Amino acid sequence: MRTLEQTTDELLGLAAEYFKIPREELTATDDFYKKLKIDSLRALELITRLEHHFGVELPDYEVQGVTDFRTLASRIQSRL
Amino acid sequence: MHETDVTASKIHIFEKTKTLSWELKGGVLELALHHPPCNEIGMAMLEDLEQFVEALRAAEKDAGALIVYSLQEAGFSAGADLRELYKAAAGLTTTQRVAGVRAFLERIHSVLNAIDASPLTTIAAVHGVTFGGGFELALACDIIIADKMARFCFPELRLGLIPGFGGIPRLRRDIGNAVMRDILFTGRSINVSKAMAAGLVSQVAAEGEVLRLARATAAQVCKFDRTTSGAAKRFIKPLPHEELRREIDLFCELVARPAVMEGLRKFVENTGAHPYLP
Repeated sequence: MRTLEQTTDELLGLAAEYFKIPREELTATDDFYKKLKIDSLRALELITRLEHHFGVELPDYEVQGVTDFRTLASRIQSRL
Repeated sequence: MHETDVTASKIHIFEKTKTLSWELKGGVLELALHHPPCNEIGMAMLEDLEQFVEALRAAEKDAGALIVYSLQEAGFSAGADLRELYKAAAGLTTTQRVAGVRAFLERIHSVLNAIDASPLTTIAAVHGVTFGGGFELALACDIIIADKMARFCFPELRLGLIPGFGGIPRLRRDIGNAVMRDILFTGRSINVSKAMAAGLVSQVAAEGEVLRLARATAAQVCKFDRTTSGAAKRFIKPLPHEELRREIDLFCELVARPAVMEGLRKFVENTGAHPYLP
């Protein structure tokens, strides 16, 4: 079973890959909207990719108000 | 070869309007939505869809399948054009607003009912955002084939409304009530895996492959006798006329409330990154 740190690290790797940003430029406390330069449509795309990857459902209201990677990872973690 | 083998048809028609284009070729009618940013359904698209429905009816003897898909990168359709609705409603009295909304709903229902009841086997090839009225357009089709990245949503409760283009009767026709309650009461979007598990989506396509899969499916359905397919469709999928009428009435009751205009105003004025999230 993944730890939160592992999930966070995996999430950062996926975000870097999907949005073509060097992994070393992303940290857990970054605002992913600003760092990935995405709007809500692309945020939905990110959620979809994360759902497929982690095999979970991530209702969009769980992401409401969430802007940093670590909190997003904790939302995923609570469904693993 | 069946008496009604449409695949042998040499009829080729292509039409383009401001928001849509359609082509009939080899017995398959394809409707492409191309209204930026994400095929929002307002007056322009409604008028073009009404024009398309005339073509759909005219194509019945020459076509066996209809594919509906989007050329917009963001998705199949984000649903009703809420900005247009807000702008049109802003200066009206409540009575005028409700009358205008009812008139629009009657017309869009007529379009979707025509697609729903068409003797052609209808296929929605969806990708990306398939929300609200866009979801309702897909539900009017017999088969939904979805790109792996598609998302489905009925966000109307966020605005104090319900789906108004026939979504509830059609959703009820296709999926279990528990899943329907989840989707409607939370206003959340669901991914393709969830949609497939619920029985909404028939096939999942790899990214970028949905139209190819839809065309392969259309070619398959066109092999069969059209009279038989049409009869089977009328038997399997009757139009829920009474429920559709009740949905229009309920929508019009709700849209009369000030809270709805306030919800629309907030949506329209939201310039943040999050309008597609609840």
